[in-house]
This record gives sequence, C-alpha cells and structure tokens, in this order.
Amino acid sequence: MSPTIATPREHYLNVSYGIKSWLLTTDHKRIALLYLATITLLFFMGGAAAVLMRLELLTPQGDMVQSETYNKLFTIHGVVMIFFFLIPSIPAVLGNFLIPMMIGARDLAFPRLNLASWYLFTIGSVFTLVVVVMGGVDTGWTFYTPFSSTYSNSYVVPTIVGIFVNGFSSILTGLNFIVTIHTMRAPGLTWFRLPLFVWAHYATSMIFILGTPVIAITLSLVALERLFGVGIFDPALGGDPILFQHLFWFYSHPAVYIMVLPAMGVVSELITAFAKKRIFGYGFIAFSSIAIAVIGFFVWGHHMFVSGQSVYASMIFSFMSMLVAIPSAVKVFNWTATLYKGSISYQSPMLYALGFIGLFTIGGLTGLFLASLGLDIHVTDTYFVIAHFHYIMVGGTVMAYLGAIHYWFPKITGRMYPEGWAKFSALVIFIGFNLTFFPQFLLGYLGMPRRYHFYPEEFQVLNVMSSAGASILGVGYVVPLIYLIWSMRYAAPAGPNPWGATGLEWQTSSPPPTHNFEETPVVTQEAYAYGMPEEDIKGGRG
Amino acid sequence: MRSSLPLFPEQASTFAERVDALYYYLLSVSGFFVLLIFALIFLFAIKYRRRSEGEQPRPILGSLPLEVVWIAIPFILVMVMFGWGASLYFTAFSPPADALEIFVVGKQWMWKVQHPEGRREINELHVPIGYPVKLTITSQDVIHSFYVPAFRIKMDAVPGRYTSAWFQASKTGTFHLFCAEYCGTAHAGMVGQVVVMKPSEYEQWLRTGAPEEPLAAAGERLFQQLGCSGCHSPNSIVRAPPLEGIYGKPVPLQSGHVVTADESYIRDSILLPQKDVVAGYAPVMPTFQGRISEEELMQIIAYIRSLGAGTPEPRKAAR
Repeated sequence: MSPTIATPREHYLNVSYGIKSWLLTTDHKRIALLYLATITLLFFMGGAAAVLMRLELLTPQGDMVQSETYNKLFTIHGVVMIFFFLIPSIPAVLGNFLIPMMIGARDLAFPRLNLASWYLFTIGSVFTLVVVVMGGVDTGWTFYTPFSSTYSNSYVVPTIVGIFVNGFSSILTGLNFIVTIHTMRAPGLTWFRLPLFVWAHYATSMIFILGTPVIAITLSLVALERLFGVGIFDPALGGDPILFQHLFWFYSHPAVYIMVLPAMGVVSELITAFAKKRIFGYGFIAFSSIAIAVIGFFVWGHHMFVSGQSVYASMIFSFMSMLVAIPSAVKVFNWTATLYKGSISYQSPMLYALGFIGLFTIGGLTGLFLASLGLDIHVTDTYFVIAHFHYIMVGGTVMAYLGAIHYWFPKITGRMYPEGWAKFSALVIFIGFNLTFFPQFLLGYLGMPRRYHFYPEEFQVLNVMSSAGASILGVGYVVPLIYLIWSMRYAAPAGPNPWGATGLEWQTSSPPPTHNFEETPVVTQEAYAYGMPEEDIKGGRG
Repeated sequence: MRSSLPLFPEQASTFAERVDALYYYLLSVSGFFVLLIFALIFLFAIKYRRRSEGEQPRPILGSLPLEVVWIAIPFILVMVMFGWGASLYFTAFSPPADALEIFVVGKQWMWKVQHPEGRREINELHVPIGYPVKLTITSQDVIHSFYVPAFRIKMDAVPGRYTSAWFQASKTGTFHLFCAEYCGTAHAGMVGQVVVMKPSEYEQWLRTGAPEEPLAAAGERLFQQLGCSGCHSPNSIVRAPPLEGIYGKPVPLQSGHVVTADESYIRDSILLPQKDVVAGYAPVMPTFQGRISEEELMQIIAYIRSLGAGTPEPRKAAR
C-alpha cells in the first residue's frame, strides 16, 4: 500500500547467521520460527497417518494394512495432532511471535525459559518419532486403562514420556505468557485496550498451567502401573479404570479449549482488520474467553455418560456442557455483528476467518448433541464424535492457524505471499474439509463406531466420500506449504503494514528489529480503533 | 435389504423413537442457527464489501440489548436440550421391574451372553419383541462398550463392575451389535447381531440347541462346589449371613452404612469380602478373586436372586 516499500536493513532474521544463532537464540520471534518448523513437520507426519487411514477406509474389508497397524495409525495421528500440533500451534508459533509485539514489549518475560520450552517440546516429539520408528503404540490417544496399563503390547511408556516432557513445554509457555501480559505491557496499554488475541492467550495460559500437570500425573500413573504393577487403574490389581477417565478428561477436555481459544483470538484480529471495523462487544468477547476457560474445567464428565458414572454426576456435567456453549455462541454473534456496516475485503486471511466462523458454528452446535444426555448414549464413540471434534479442531483451529500464518506472514518474513494461490488453497481446504467430515456426522448417527479398521458394507458410500474429501484437503494443505516457503525468499517486500491494520505489531518494520520497537510505544487508545478520531490515534502511536 | 446409501438408522426399540425426536429438535435448532449465521455472513459480505481503498466505516461499539438477547435465547434453547436429554437418560437407566434379565460379558474380542433359562450365545443376542430386556454387563479384561445402533443404546462393559442397560425391541429382525469402546487389535471384529423375534419364536429358540442348565441351577451347583454352602447355610458352624431373600433388600454394614444387595454388591461380597462386612458378622470370608470367572459369578448371583423369589421378604430384620 505504501508507495516506498522496502525491507529494513537490519532485522531479527539477518542480525546474525548460522545454526548456533538459531539454536541458542532467546529472541521470541526466532523461537516462534523454530516452533513453526517443528510443528509443520509434525503436522505433515500426523497428516500422513490420516491419509493412510482414509485409504484403508475406502473399502469395508480392511484389506490394506493389518488391524494392529491401523490401530497404531489412529493412535499416532491423535497423539501427534493433539499434543504436538494443535496444542502448541497458535500459542507457540503466533502467540510467541506476537504477544510481545502486541503489547509493545521487547521480548517475553523469560526469554531463556522460552527457548527451554522449545527444547522440551522437541525432546518430547523426538520420543514420539522414536516410538513410531520402533513399532508404534496402539492405545488410542486417550490411553484408556486397563488396556494401556496392562493389555497393550506396544510402546506405551515411551509415548507417555514424550507427552510428559512436552507438557512442561506447555506449562512454561503458559507461565511466560501470563507473566509477560501482567508485567510488560507498554505504557497506557490497560487490560481493556489489549487485543483480543492477547486475552485469548491469557485464558489459554491459565488452562496450560492448571490442566497440564494433571495429564502429566495421570500418564505417569499409567506408566507406574505398566512398569511396576502398582494397582491404580486396573481392577485386577485393585484399581479403578474409571478413575483414569476422570483424570484424563480433567485435562483433555480443557485441552480442547487450549486448542480453540487462541484460534478465537486470531479470528477477532482478522475480522476487524478486514472489515476495517472496531470489534463488536469487546468486553463480551474478552470475558467469554475467560468464561470458557473456567467453565471448561467442569465439563469433563460428558465424555463418560455411558461409562457407568453416576446418573446425577452425568446430569451436572451435561448442564455445565450446555452452559459452556453460551460464551462460544456470544463470540460467533459478536464476530458476525462486527461485519455489519463494515468495509469488508476478501484477502485470504479473511476467507479463513469466515470459514472458521461457519465451521466452528457447526462444530459447536453438534457439541450440543453430545452434551444432551439421552442422545449422547447413541452418538458417543461413533463417527459423530469424530466429525464434531474435527469441525472444532480442523475447521476451527487449523483454519484460524492458516489464516493467522497468512495474515502475519508479511510481518514475520517481510514479504507478501501470492494472494491468488492463497485464495485458491483456502477454497480447496474449505471444500475438502466439508467433504471429508460432513459425511462422518451421517455415519455416526447411523451407528458406525470410531476406531474401526473394517466396517459393514452399508457404510461404504459415506466412507468413500470422506476419503475423497480427505484427498482434496491434503492438496489444500500442501499448496500453501509450497508457496509460503517460496515466498520467504522470492516474494515482493510487504512493508510494515500491508493490511492497514491497527495493533502495535503493525507499527514497526517488517521483519521487525530484534528488539521489536525502536522506541517503546505509548498507547492512548483501545484496540481496533478503526475509524476512531484521528488526533486520538496520533497520540497512541509512540 | 437396505439401500447402499442409508442416511438414517433403523428404529427398532421404543427408546429409538424418543432419541430421534430429541435429535430432530437439535437438528432444527442447529439448522436454524447455521442458516442464520451463514446467511448473515453472506449478506454482510456482499452488502458491505469494500468499495474503495480509503473507505472507513463508522465504528460501532456494541449493544447491550443485543448481547442479552443472544445470551438469553440460546440459554433457553440449551436448557430444553438439557432437560429433554436428562429425562431420556433417566429412562435409559431405569429398567422396568419386570424386565427380562440377560447377562453379558465382554472379552477381547467377543460378546458372551447368558439367558436366565441357561441358553448361552456368543456375538448374538436373541430377544423377544415387545418385552423390556435388562442387560447386566461386565468385562473380563479391558473396557468394551455394548452398542446396538438400531436401539440407540450403548453401555460400557467395565472390568471389575456391573453396568446395565435396557431396551424394549419394537421391530423384529436382525440388527448390528458393535463394540464401541476401543479394546485392542480386533476391536472392529468385536461385532455381532441382535435378533428380535416374536415371543413364541423366542420361547422356541430358548428350547432349541443343547439342553443347558438354567442359570440359577448352575449357580447352585457352583455354590456347593466352591463351598459357599458350608458357611451360608442355616445349620453350619461358621456364622455367615443367610442369603435367602437378600436380593434387592437393604443390608446394614459394620461401618454403619446401609447398602442395597444388588448385583454389584453381591459381586463385591464374593470377590472383595472385606469391603462391605454385614453388621454383626466377623470378616472371615475368603476372597474368590481369581477362582471364579465372570460368567460363573453371574450364575451364582442368579442363584442368590432365585433364593428370594417366591418368598416375599422372609427376613425383614435388616433395617
């Protein structure tokens, strides 16, 4: 947009060179890129497992791989995608890169701890890779006992160690974000002037800190029982298998909000930037993040309605699950209202954001089916659940993640990706996604259980549709990988603020200098001050 | 028999219709909101598209009345879902007292079924149409889940405890039985079928095949063999609680609590005799853990239940 677009002479990418300058960096922006590289690798690994599963499910017979292999495929798909892609995706890459810039800080509060987080994450993922090479694990990502603790003959303990180590990376990142947001905001940047991306990450960090230790402890107990026969979960040893489910879901349900809250933060940024409009109902969106984080801790039992847990406990969990839908609905309505009387343009990040709203709405509403007690009896543990959570995690989180990667790509690299290709792949992903997962709702209500290597013939047509969709979706993910890598080097310089967006991160050059800002910005205005009086804005840009 | 692209599962139980009614409610609420959001997005996207680069719309802060409306309306709608779903759930967990009782044991990777009359089957469940059937379910290894989509019922089979489910079949025919909880290598092969028959055919079916001992009779034989009768009989030297008529009655415990002598309690008393000792008795009973299979356990329970049958409340002393 600016007539004289030039890349600054020195920035965080060219300030030093060599492998050491990356592996020992404490710059949050470089650490974000380390995460980006690692999780991209893991995403395509988890995706490869999904491709093999969808190929197997083309026919009802289970004729491509053996059942053991199939079970290992869905396990590694789940473990990698959840623990090593979705949970770190937006926080560790974009949160890391953007939170200090959005609040006008030079770095996170604990830069070395931030680097340590990436190392822990990497060590954890190496464990997972080693498990795959050694022969895999077949417990499902849910590790239900006593199957995982006693009966499985696969590499359960190394997988658990990987997740355990990775958990510390989450905890430290959460800690770092909370301290940073509390103590390092620029002068004038009050809580209610914070971008909603920051609010969302604050809520996410609370879950990181409160929830992650529980999964670490729970999985350690599984390892203890498996290695030393300590009776905790296996009834043959005097344990209780349902106890495991309570502990597991106490973390793993809030983990869903770890995955989706940052995505919601992203969407608030994208919608405002491309509608050139202040967010509708800032306070409601901000506090709905907190409400989701808090209520989200009291809904775990909705995974256990047919486990034999008390009928009354189930009723409370159902009630709380219904409640947690409200703040999500509030967000969707406020985003939609933000579009009203806006000035909307359709660059690719906006396509992803609008895609997010649509798919997240479907994902959220189908969650109500699962929260409705009598109905859940039928649909739990079927493809209905698979479809539902892929609408949230892929339709929601991955769409937002890709939208965010595109939106902040010019800031991160200083260059602008090819918009035509980006729009094309956004469309391909939207179509491929729906074709993959919508038939799974129908399959689920028909009664096809999840984690089935082969299945009755009447389910084939829907499975073929789903596999066809998956191949389209796969193309949609590979195309951006190619043009984004190409753009890092060859695309035209983007300039500091190609979208004309508000937000402190757009006030500095692209790519930013190592210390982000030449001088500390002073904030006199709320976030998303699109169309706010000019003199006010002047004061706000230090 | 069925089209190659079915979109809706068969309804073969009285519960199925009720679940589907709730499903339709949720579908209409969801359909309405999905259409609303999509329509608004498309409408705004077209109507308010950017027409020139310098365009700057006026900021809108928000609207409290609107926020209240879109909190209140969804709240009411989800509370209906909650109440409706909860009432169905209650139904699903309240089997009628006169239900036919069938025992189900899951193991890697098959379903074993015992009818009270003694007929046993594997990966099949034969039931009469129009009668409530209660399943008492357990597992002898990992967690499984007994799932009949056409009945809209599903219940986990959990090792170490009994769960139960019930249904009343409303359509004759053969329906899928799936294991819905991942249980290891051949999870997808842990399938079978539920055969719903006319009552007369069911009676006939029960009598076909090799003649088998009724469950309670098999239990009585085990009761003698395992030496239970040595203590739990009126003329024994060791004083153990009498079992006649105990089933379904409250039992006062040493700890001061009172529990109902249901299947789970009897099961625990056999496997973990020190857990709930009956008030007034010494904890001298040995455990039978590892000496008795899940199916045998169910037979003994059937026997103990039969001791109460026909003798209405012979020992009311309990409370």
